Amino acid sequence: MKKSLLTLFALMLALSLALAGCSSGGDSSKGGDDDKVDPNNVMIYGRGGDSVALDPAVVTDGESFIVTEQIYEPLVNYGKDNTDIVPGLAKKWEISEDGLTYTFELEEDVKFHDGEKFNADAVVKNFDRWAQSKDGEKFAYYGSMFGGFEGDEGHVIKDVKAEGDYKVVITLNKPQAPFLKNVAMSPFAIASPKSLDGDKLSKEPVGTGPFKFKSWKPNDTIVLEKNADYWVKDMPKLDGVTFKVIKDNSSRLNALTKGEIDLMDALNPSDMKKVSDNSKLQLFERPSMNVGYLGFNVEKAPFDKKEVRQAISHLIDKQAIIDNFYEGTAEPAKNPMPPSIAGYNDEIQDREYDEAKAKELLKSVGMEKGFTMDLWAMPVARPYMPNGQKVAEAIQAKLAKVNIKANIVTFEWGTYLEKVQKGEAPMFMLGWTGDNGDADNFLYTLLDKDTIDSNNYARYANEDVHKLLVEAQTTADEAKREELYKQAQVIIHEDAPWVPLVHSKPQLAGASKIKGFVPHPTGSQSFADVSFE
Amino acid sequence: MFAYTIRRLATLVPVLLGMTFIVFMMIRAIPGNPAQLILGQQATKEAVAALTQRLGLDQPWYTQFIDYLTGLFTGDLGVSLKTNVPIAEEVWPYLAATIELAFVAMVIAIVIGVNAGIISAWFQNSWFDYTAMVLALVGVSMPIFWLGLMEQYVFSIHLDLLPTTGRDNIRVPVDPITHLYLIDTLIQGRMDQFAEVVKHLILPGAALATIPMAIIARMTRSSMLEVMRSDYIRTARAKGMKMFWVVYKHSLKNALIPVVTVIGLQTGLLLGGAILTETIFGWPGIGTYIYDAISYRDYPVIQSGILVVATIFVLINLLVDLLYAAIDPRIKFK
Repeated sequence: MKKSLLTLFALMLALSLALAGCSSGGDSSKGGDDDKVDPNNVMIYGRGGDSVALDPAVVTDGESFIVTEQIYEPLVNYGKDNTDIVPGLAKKWEISEDGLTYTFELEEDVKFHDGEKFNADAVVKNFDRWAQSKDGEKFAYYGSMFGGFEGDEGHVIKDVKAEGDYKVVITLNKPQAPFLKNVAMSPFAIASPKSLDGDKLSKEPVGTGPFKFKSWKPNDTIVLEKNADYWVKDMPKLDGVTFKVIKDNSSRLNALTKGEIDLMDALNPSDMKKVSDNSKLQLFERPSMNVGYLGFNVEKAPFDKKEVRQAISHLIDKQAIIDNFYEGTAEPAKNPMPPSIAGYNDEIQDREYDEAKAKELLKSVGMEKGFTMDLWAMPVARPYMPNGQKVAEAIQAKLAKVNIKANIVTFEWGTYLEKVQKGEAPMFMLGWTGDNGDADNFLYTLLDKDTIDSNNYARYANEDVHKLLVEAQTTADEAKREELYKQAQVIIHEDAPWVPLVHSKPQLAGASKIKGFVPHPTGSQSFADVSFE
Repeated sequence: MFAYTIRRLATLVPVLLGMTFIVFMMIRAIPGNPAQLILGQQATKEAVAALTQRLGLDQPWYTQFIDYLTGLFTGDLGVSLKTNVPIAEEVWPYLAATIELAFVAMVIAIVIGVNAGIISAWFQNSWFDYTAMVLALVGVSMPIFWLGLMEQYVFSIHLDLLPTTGRDNIRVPVDPITHLYLIDTLIQGRMDQFAEVVKHLILPGAALATIPMAIIARMTRSSMLEVMRSDYIRTARAKGMKMFWVVYKHSLKNALIPVVTVIGLQTGLLLGGAILTETIFGWPGIGTYIYDAISYRDYPVIQSGILVVATIFVLINLLVDLLYAAIDPRIKFK
């Protein structure tokens, strides 16, 4: 009996070894000098999902960017807690008067993690890789932020040239006002030219950033270690960062409370008190760069009537929604973009909660008896909408007061998005988190007639708004741009294709020993100057 | 026996083929375009169309199915749409994580479940019997989600005995070789890490064990009661044999046959049903791998992931049938 057990165990061992041999691609790792790493000076970041890939140019999800942000750097950066442009790998830049030529002067003592020198050629090679690929599915962000690829009619970038070792000149086909803000986005970070050969970058990222890639256990952990040769003096302060996937928000908080992780994102608003009551923990609030909204399909009756949309706008009690479902961590929205973004029109008067006014508006179009409709509620929690079902129920109750019967409808998330995009939803909840802190990324992306069938889920088309938004895209003068966006918001407010609901402030929780962590409105930030007390 | 095994293995082929077909049709019935989900909300229509074409999703379903089957016969499980990595390469670490967890859960479930069942039968209608059976009832109906969070709260945070999540200490991670961490840490001679891995297995293992443990306990009890009423047991007792030997030596062997069936079924179910436990305990297993694939419409991963789990399930069932013969020589295979 004993012998057979032993044989069985040996067989299992052999089998598992053999199986492991088959799975060389399961995780990838590079050698590193572990002996220098103090495990207590490594920050463990708990999050709800894994990265898709580690090549920032080919991904579009926040979970990928938060890792690539540590490994790579773009030419210019955003400010620490805003979207103003500050130097990155380029220490200085000049913009020609016609807004068509950008000359970047690069940092000189920078090395990639593979030892390659960072210089103008590296920048050119990266831009060429994106533009010449003509591959909208692979480099989705490049295509959408720069109007397509080399040879396309709308392509913004004419050419990218090296002038000497440390100067890069980017010439544009037409002025693009948010150009620098686009260049600062995570997908346009510069990778080592050597790493661009072949297709290894997604698994073996090589940048110039404060942390180097060490290993990746899919759906579990991504380990980064300190880049000892980092070009910024005295940075990074941590010996490494490990990203750990814990899907459930409550479990993640349990792991934080126990000290197994040091920082976590996506804290449930209802758990905020648990964190603030615990002296070993601290709360962080991400500045809002999002909008949660209730959209109407303006092509569908009765929402093709402006008065009906305005009436419903008067029936949404935003403050009550914020108090009940956001624990107060959001501000009521009146425009389709948050106040932190240049061009926000603060003079617009929000439609107050007013049943009488709503009834009056409905009466003006002969709908005083009310009607029945479908209200589509989000099935998943998003930073701008922590609990779609509950918010939908609150809205449903208010609509009932003027005899509007709303049936709450929901689908699994992928299906929901697809159906809303196809225009199947008469009234739906959705939201948007900005990419680059520019008004264009809200107003044009979400409400221009060009983006119907794409992100303009309300299918809203207004020729005047379109003219203003397109003019703003090509105007270099910032003050004039802001004026154009303000005008557009006035028209949008009047037309009411949406009821803007909230600008939420996503909450993070961390150990109290964390110093220097400033959550960025874009949703990800470098941990270079984060330290433990 | 050998011929029987071969025959059983041969019948697995149509079973798995049928299952593959059903899953294939089912996942294509879910609305939602994978290309759109992969490219995100930013993508242009052209990019979505191009990706749809590249993935072959614009082809008729039968072409896609035949392509998939052809791949399967050459050992190609397809390529994940999300990660672009061949599934055959990336599936093992997930599967290993779940196998390790399910193994521990089954050990807990069998050891406690069988013994609780035996003792309940032995002392029928005693306080132990009643308590155990009430607990078993609670165990079957307990939501794993809630149980998992309670375990974390009590044993990790309040009593500070065990870790809350993960497979190893993230600050001193295990270097995977086989991806079965219990074995890996032993191979590397890292007893400190072995202890960590064991600690990490206890809470999720216990959570996952609850339902099978309860089912096994009830099954063992009723099976034991039946056997203990039989003549040969009465004879053994009449001869003055000690009750312990009557129960554990004579009764158990016969009572175990239906229990083994239940154990086999439950083990299979554990592999597929570990999703909730894996979600709560941050366990990177096959359950969450398939679950993620569903929300991402990663067709090849859903398809092949389920196929892998189903294959293991039917193999376990085969193993159970073969075990019958080992337990009870009266059972003959034809």
